[in-house]
Parts: sequence; structure tokens; C-alpha cells
Amino acid sequence: MAETHVQTVPVKRMDEPISSPWRDALRILRKNKMAIIGFCIILFFVLLAILAPVITPYEYDKGELVDKNLPPSAEHWFGTDYNGRDVFTRVIYGAQISLRVGLFAVIGSVVAGTFLGLLAGYYGRWIDTLISRLFDIMLAFPSILLAIAIVAILGPSLENALLAIAIVNVPTYGRLVRSRVLSLKEEEYVMAAKAIGSKHSHIIIQHILPNSLAPIIVTGTLGIATAIIEAAALGFLGLGAQPPQPEWGLMLSDSRQYIQKAPWTVIFPGLSIMLTVLGFNLIGDGLRDALDPRMKN
Amino acid sequence: MALLAYTVRRLLMLIPVLLGMSLIVFAIIHAIPGDPALTILGEKASPQALADLREQLGLNNPWYTQYFHYLANLLKGDLGVSLHSKAPITVEMGPYLAATFELTLVSMLFAVFIGVNAGIISAWKQNSWFDYICMLIALIGVSMPVFWLGLMEQWVFAQELKWLPSIGRDNPRDPVAEITHFYIIDTILAGRWDHFRDVVEHLILPGVALGTIPMAIIARITRSSMLEVMRSDYIRTARAKGLGQFFVVYKHALKNALIPVLTIVGVQVGLLIGGAVLTETIFGWPGVGRYIYTAIGNRDYPVIQSGILIIATIFVLINLVVDLLYAYVDPRIKYR
Repeated sequence: MAETHVQTVPVKRMDEPISSPWRDALRILRKNKMAIIGFCIILFFVLLAILAPVITPYEYDKGELVDKNLPPSAEHWFGTDYNGRDVFTRVIYGAQISLRVGLFAVIGSVVAGTFLGLLAGYYGRWIDTLISRLFDIMLAFPSILLAIAIVAILGPSLENALLAIAIVNVPTYGRLVRSRVLSLKEEEYVMAAKAIGSKHSHIIIQHILPNSLAPIIVTGTLGIATAIIEAAALGFLGLGAQPPQPEWGLMLSDSRQYIQKAPWTVIFPGLSIMLTVLGFNLIGDGLRDALDPRMKN
Repeated sequence: MALLAYTVRRLLMLIPVLLGMSLIVFAIIHAIPGDPALTILGEKASPQALADLREQLGLNNPWYTQYFHYLANLLKGDLGVSLHSKAPITVEMGPYLAATFELTLVSMLFAVFIGVNAGIISAWKQNSWFDYICMLIALIGVSMPVFWLGLMEQWVFAQELKWLPSIGRDNPRDPVAEITHFYIIDTILAGRWDHFRDVVEHLILPGVALGTIPMAIIARITRSSMLEVMRSDYIRTARAKGLGQFFVVYKHALKNALIPVLTIVGVQVGLLIGGAVLTETIFGWPGVGRYIYTAIGNRDYPVIQSGILIIATIFVLINLVVDLLYAYVDPRIKYR
């Protein structure tokens, strides 16, 4: 995008905090309106998820059949579903599930991907060939299909869906870390560390990991958005969360046959997926602009 | 010559990837914890039926023997037999593949046409209201779950407004006579314009649902790529020569701006075929995606394996073609 960065060199007072790349990034991020909006959306959903038992008097898995498919009202903000369950209650308990799945799936992929990427990039040779070929093969499958294959092996459940999503996204982070390591290995300070006889573990922890962090954070934030959509897709196909869990994708497939009679049962869970995904996408885009201007596009 | 050598090298590199894919797909049955035959048939199955299934799937042999047997069959074009319909999967797959291709092609045309043009105009009229609205739609588009968009489309345009059909490829009471299994071509070959109209109407909702995400992504990439190109020296020269704005944008800038777009289009085609599982399930579209979905419900593992393998193979081949096109279009790329 068309921003020109004017470099100014301010005169520093001694007591001024030392500027660090992270502090600079935070400053840029705070000026990014879209990122702030994204952050607010996610904060809103996190609060809803945490405070769910306080906010709503209803239970997500119990309803009165006499109250089925009621339109939105003061008692039932988002109406009720075909079982008479309060849709608002189910949506906010669903936020717990989706946020947790998104976060933990990404953490799993990042940890495994970083480990494999470091191994491949740092040690090279046959380890690199082996790991890189494995990534190539995994990336040869459209991710949702590979996730379906893994769930087909393990059996459908929310935990297995989370595991499948984590596994499927490992190559994304693995490749990222590997390519960072390869370029960092050529940097003078890493060469210098090697020359003075630093241990491999020291070089990796002190030099390589901190310098790989920014792209991992950016990709990871955008990855949470993808993981939430993938979890909802698996739920929708009946391969993720199982009834009566209030998972958003499962709620959509559960209620789709009542869409004409009770459209609110389909509108609100879908809208929630879209908003959370949008929120993480906005934060991710903002972080990318703040942390690494070269990664734009 | 360099391009030819590059092509050959890329084709050779495909072999280990395809082998690895077949191994993963093979593992789908064999990695099932416990007894796969019991998982497939359920607790109530008779010991005889279980023994027969184990025999049919070759589960009694060591895994490497089974794998080489599986691979040998694949190379012969034999994908096995569906446990549910008892028909050879290779035969069953044909019409489903055609249905998926037709849908994917339509949504990709939609995505590329709207996405590229919206991106160009957004870049051209940067920071105008058109730019803002386009980028807002693109932002929402990339965050949209395809299955929700599909359900909403069905509800609004099929069930409430009754403008378009919500399910299937044609009118079940007056079906299209299948020749090539590509219904648009079939109706033209048969000269049935009423059928043609019917088929096009059936394609609109699933096509738009499936095409929305790639459209949004293509619009964003086209815009940023155009903005970059528009700042370059040769565009300034073109403007300085007094060429019209439209000519500069569509003739000079677009040529170079489209190179990154091409890569994205390739990636997206692959993702579309994957995303087809969801779209086809919602719109009752008889394609490979729904074939796999139904097979999951039936625990028809050979079909799940073959369906995933076929789609992944297509995905890999499309990526290869895109890479080769990329090298062909952009002479600056070195063939490594």
C-alpha cells in the first residue's frame, strides 16, 4: 500500500526508554484503525465466552419443546432452536469452543512446525530433505481434505478435529521457520556466535528463535482465523463437535432444515463465525504491517 | 530449452510427492485404531462378514504387501470397489468429477472476472468510495465461511424469493440427457435450450458461494499488485508519452500486475476443489465432494481414499501447471 516512511532521527534524552522493534511495532499497531477494530471484536467474543455462565440464565443443552423455534425476543435475544434451546446461550458457549480450538490448534501447529523447521533448516542434509518432502506431500492435499482424512481415521469428535487441524497446518509454520533459519544462518552475528564456539542450542535460542518470532506471530494470528473456519467446517460435516455441543458449525448443520421457519437459528451462529474470523484477520493484517512491512501482499 | 528442462525436472519431482500421497491415503484404512473391519461394519456384524471384509481389503497381509498391491492397482487405474454400491470406483467417479469440474470452472470464472476487475478499478481509483466498498466486501469475503454463505443464499434466493433452484444440477422431473457429463456442453450438443437455461440457473447459487472467497482474495491481490506496478518508472513513461489512462491501466500495467494474480488463481483453484466438499453438500451437487461426504456417512473407506487421492492429484497437477505458466509468462524467473 502507498505509505512512505520518513525516517527521522530524534535526539534522545538519557532517561527516554530505549526503542525496540517490538515497541515500534506496538506504536504502529495502535495507529492502525482496522487492527483496533479487529482487536475489539476478539476482546468482545473473549469476554462473552468467559462470562457466558454469568450473562445467560439458560443452559446450552436444555430447552423446553413448547418454546421451540421462537423468534428473537426480550427473553430470547437470538430466539430459540428446534429443541427450544436459547440460541444466544448456545452462541456464546460456542465462542468458548471456537476460540479454544482456534488457539490450541495454532499453538500445536506452531510448536511442531517450529521444531521441524528448526531441525530442517539448522541441521540441513538428509533431515532437511526428509522433512521438506514430508511438508511437500502434506501441502499436496487441500487442507480441509487432509483434515477429513485424519478425522476419518481417528473418529469424529471435537478433540480429533482440533488435532487434525493442528497437524494439517504444521507445514505452514515449518516452512516459514525453515526459510527464516536458512537466511539467518548467513547473518554475520550468527556466524560470529559460531566462530566464538557457542553451542547449537545457544545459537538457536538466543539468535534464531527471537528473529523468527515476528513472522510466526503474524502467520499464527491469521492461522487462528483459518483454524476456526476449518473447525466449523468439520463440525458442519458432522466430523467435529458432536451434539449437544454448541459448536457454531454443528449448529448450522443442525438447524439448516428449519431455515425458513426459524432463520435466526442459522443467521447468528454463522455471523459469529464470520465476525471472529474477521477479527483475527484484521489483527493479523495489522500485525503484519507493523512487524514486517516486507511481508505485505 | 531451459523451460523444457525445467518442465521435465518438475515432472520428475512429482513422483515422490505422488508416492507419498498414495501412502498417506493408503494409511486412512490401515491407521484406524483396532480392527478396521469392525469399525467399518459396526459391532453387530457377523464374524463371517468381518472375515470376508478383511479378505476383500487384504487386511490379513503385512502392511507393505498391502501397500504394494494397492499401488499396483492404482497404476492400473483401479481404485477399488465401493463397499456401499459394490461398483468399481473408477467407473463411479467419472460423472462426479465432471460435476465438480463444471462447478469449479464456473465459480473460478466468476471469481477471476469480478475479482480482477474490482481490483483494477480499486487501484486505479485508489481511496475513492468504490475502492473502500470493494475492499470492505473483499475483507468480509475472505472471512466468510463458505457453508454459511451457501445456506444464506439458499434461504434468500431460493426459498424466500424463489428466483433460483436451491438443489441439484438440473430439474429431476425433466433431467438432462448425459453425454459428456458436463451439463452445459450436453445441453448444447442436444440443442435443448430450455435445459441449458435450467442448468445455468442451477449453477448460479453454488457457483457464487464457492467463488466468493477466491474473488475476494483475487481482488485484494490484484489491487496491491496494480498499485505497485502503477508506481513504476515505465508507467510514468507511458503517462508522460500522453497515453490515455484506460490504455495505461489495462494495457501496460495489467500485464505485469497479473503475474502474482496468476499464482493466486492457481492456488485458489486447488482450494476450490477442496472447498467443494462443503458447497456440494449444501447444494446437493452430485460431485466428488459430496461423493466423499456420503462415503464418510457410509463408512465406505475405499471411496473416501480414492476421492481424496483424486482431488489431491488434481490439486498437485494444477499447481504444477501454474508454476510452469508462471515461468513461461515471466521471463525474469530463473528455472531452478
